[in-house]
Amino acid sequence: MDFQENSLKTGNGGVIITSVEDLLNWARLSSLWPMGFGLACCAIEMMASYASNYDLERFGIFPRPSPRQSDVIIVAGTVTFKMADRIRRLYEQMPEPRYVISMGSCSNCGGPYWEHGYHVVKGVDRIIPVDVYVPGCPPRPEALIGGFLKLQEKINKERPIAPQLLLKIEKETE
Amino acid sequence: MKFHEIKEILSNKFGENTFLEINQKSNQPILQIGIQQLIEACKFLYEDERLFFDYLVCLTGIDNGLEKGTVDVLYNLTSIPYQHNLTIKVTISRQIEGYFCAIPTLSNIWKTANWHERETFDLVGIYFEGHPDLRRILLPSDWHGYPLRKDYQEQDCYHGIKVTY
Repeated sequence: MDFQENSLKTGNGGVIITSVEDLLNWARLSSLWPMGFGLACCAIEMMASYASNYDLERFGIFPRPSPRQSDVIIVAGTVTFKMADRIRRLYEQMPEPRYVISMGSCSNCGGPYWEHGYHVVKGVDRIIPVDVYVPGCPPRPEALIGGFLKLQEKINKERPIAPQLLLKIEKETE
Repeated sequence: MKFHEIKEILSNKFGENTFLEINQKSNQPILQIGIQQLIEACKFLYEDERLFFDYLVCLTGIDNGLEKGTVDVLYNLTSIPYQHNLTIKVTISRQIEGYFCAIPTLSNIWKTANWHERETFDLVGIYFEGHPDLRRILLPSDWHGYPLRKDYQEQDCYHGIKVTY
């Protein structure tokens, strides 16, 4: 078929049938907007992932300047106790559904500061619930992209509008 | 200007026994001063036209531990027009009647000392007498203790978060 002809709008397009849940999940996972938030050297790798070489925007991921417009927060770096209150507040300012990616050893578990770092929170999961942990010190952009793909998998399995009772029964009968 | 020349000028002004030269063989000899002479000597170092130490590069506080019971404060000075350097060291006792040790502030001579002294206060717990604004600078204001002291114990909890691993 001639390309020119094929690209014309004919009005004879097909219909895709899907469930509302699948549509919602697809929409959510296809445009994950992270909050522009970097704490340490992991943030450099995060920025590299956004930039042209790794181009996170091909997954619909691009950083937002405000927690109010964000779906996901990437905790990229060392979380100090002074920063902990701020992170908690930023997380609470994000609209639901909201997700957390913990990037790098420091925010996973305290990293090299686990024993003598009196000022470091030993894992950001002590403050906010984490969905995906990305290991590395710092993780390469590929690892962060891997983390995003895992998060997309997780979102795809969600049942956002299913009745809670039905889900409970389903779980019990399994 | 060489170190011995600086020392000679100071000795002529304040007397031979005021200063003790230590760490002589290294590239960076240190001049030890008593706490009583500190302000006077620093004013002289700042104002004298031959010395003209117009820049306080760094200020360091060192805890020597409970056994020695002393705390060192080191001042690194530089003269920008003459390009010569000097390190001064003051040793004070670690604790005075249960309170943390105190030393006069130099922030009215070198403005740089303001934040350096706040940092030293924050981490080593040295009290700088006469400082215009002696608050914590790095740690949160409601933090307990001074982390770079040898006998520092971490607090159990900060704002409901467990501190230890």
